[in-house]
Amino acid sequence: MRFDRPARRKFLSHSIAVLTGLCVVAALYPLVSIIYSAAIRGGGVLFQVRFLTAVPPNACSVVQCATVGIGPDIEGTVILVGLASLIAVPVGVLAAIFASEYRSRGLGRAISFTADVLTGVPSIIMGAFIFGYFVYYPSITYSAITGGLALSAIMIPIVTRTTEEALRTVPNSIREAALALGISKWKATLRIVLVAALPGVATGVLLAVMRASGEAAPLLFTALGSNLYFHGFNQPVAALPLLIYDFALSPYSNQQKVAWGATLFLLAAILIVNVASRYMIHRLGRQMAGGA
Amino acid sequence: MMGAVKLKSEQLTAYYGEKPAIRDISLEFPDRRVTAIIGPSGCGKSTFIRCLNRMHETAPRTRVEGKVLLDGEDIYSEDPVRVRRRIGMVFQKPNPFATMSIYNNVSAALRFNGRHPRDYVDAAVVRSLQQAALWDEVKDRVDTPATSLSGGQQQRLCIARALAANPEVLLMDEPCSALDPLATTKIEELIGQLKKDYTVVIVTHNLQQAARVADYTAFFYLGGLIEFAPTEDLFERPRERLTEQYITGRFG
Repeated sequence: MRFDRPARRKFLSHSIAVLTGLCVVAALYPLVSIIYSAAIRGGGVLFQVRFLTAVPPNACSVVQCATVGIGPDIEGTVILVGLASLIAVPVGVLAAIFASEYRSRGLGRAISFTADVLTGVPSIIMGAFIFGYFVYYPSITYSAITGGLALSAIMIPIVTRTTEEALRTVPNSIREAALALGISKWKATLRIVLVAALPGVATGVLLAVMRASGEAAPLLFTALGSNLYFHGFNQPVAALPLLIYDFALSPYSNQQKVAWGATLFLLAAILIVNVASRYMIHRLGRQMAGGA
Repeated sequence: MMGAVKLKSEQLTAYYGEKPAIRDISLEFPDRRVTAIIGPSGCGKSTFIRCLNRMHETAPRTRVEGKVLLDGEDIYSEDPVRVRRRIGMVFQKPNPFATMSIYNNVSAALRFNGRHPRDYVDAAVVRSLQQAALWDEVKDRVDTPATSLSGGQQQRLCIARALAANPEVLLMDEPCSALDPLATTKIEELIGQLKKDYTVVIVTHNLQQAARVADYTAFFYLGGLIEFAPTEDLFERPRERLTEQYITGRFG
């Protein structure tokens, strides 16, 4: 049978609508299912007394052995991401300033291109690279320092690209206004253009922090992981993703439970930090635009 | 007839890439007078005025040949940052710093260029806002965002911001083209006041405006200077055929 024209058009329109709807479901399914299973399986442990402060459990095959906690891993993740941010934020922001504000020079274009390529480099390679470099310095090969460096290598290109984009949204008339007042280029850039781009820069830093706090691969042969609380920048340090990686593969049910609890905690923490800082960035943006 | 010369261009040629936008312009701006530059779109009048405080070179792939003398000294052999402190500029569209309050906009030049005592900055802000005829409208809300002002007020804020840097020359690149007639009138009255203290150069596509505010007028066409004369002479007794055709509306 041949469709006449309007029927065919309607049929097409409906099919496309159904298809796009299915794609939405397919796109959301993994996220919803992750949150659902983490909540179901991790919810119980997460709210146990001392789960957020106790050290992780040893392997235990007795049915009733204690679940214990993820304290060192929360602390370690905060330290590693903090350390990585201390390196990545200034480096990324300054590189972006160069790429955006001094773009007419070839190096500026090279920086954006490099950042683009680096964003696509698998994170385990970043870890392997840092490991390969520090393997000759055995006292810190497995340490908070190398872990922080590996995470900063993940963060720098993200901070660079988002900051560069944010700087580009600042209208050129603002730069001209500053220069025409006899304000030097670097002052105009740092204290007027960068300030105008601040909400965008903050969003980029946030994105990078989120990404880094969930990375296990770059930490596998740098931070290494630990069952103990932080005891020095030159010592191996615990991290939530490493704990999840370790304990998810464990045959012991108490460790598996801890892995689920840590998963739920990581998800919740990222979600809360994300929503809270987006709200603050939004307010900052509104304040700066004069709407507050 | 002409008073002392404050600013002067000598054989000024400015390029975008390889293409010259203005060619061989020699022009003298008398001290504490208003000089208007008129001409059809694309004649190079904006490029020219941007060469007078070295803003032209801030765009990529641009180049300037020739000289611009401020009190007899070539600004192209000075530090551009210092040049721009002596020669202020107001742009086509009001461009206040959106992230700053009215006060911080006006005091920007002082706050970013060296250290000044707080009461000195305060006094400069008040004086500049008064000179820009904006003080009465904003005196109760100098800490509110600059973006809360109307378009015409924003442009007067930009004028105040430029004046606070204590320039000797004020360049205005079509300062009224984004404003309504009432705001335009205010700016024109203001220009009449400003010439008591400053040498003003104004680019305008509005011939009536040039006739109203300027003591001298220069006519540009296709990147060249066609005629420069006291405003009255240029409009009533143009020497060049092109000038006459332009001011009588036969092209442009």
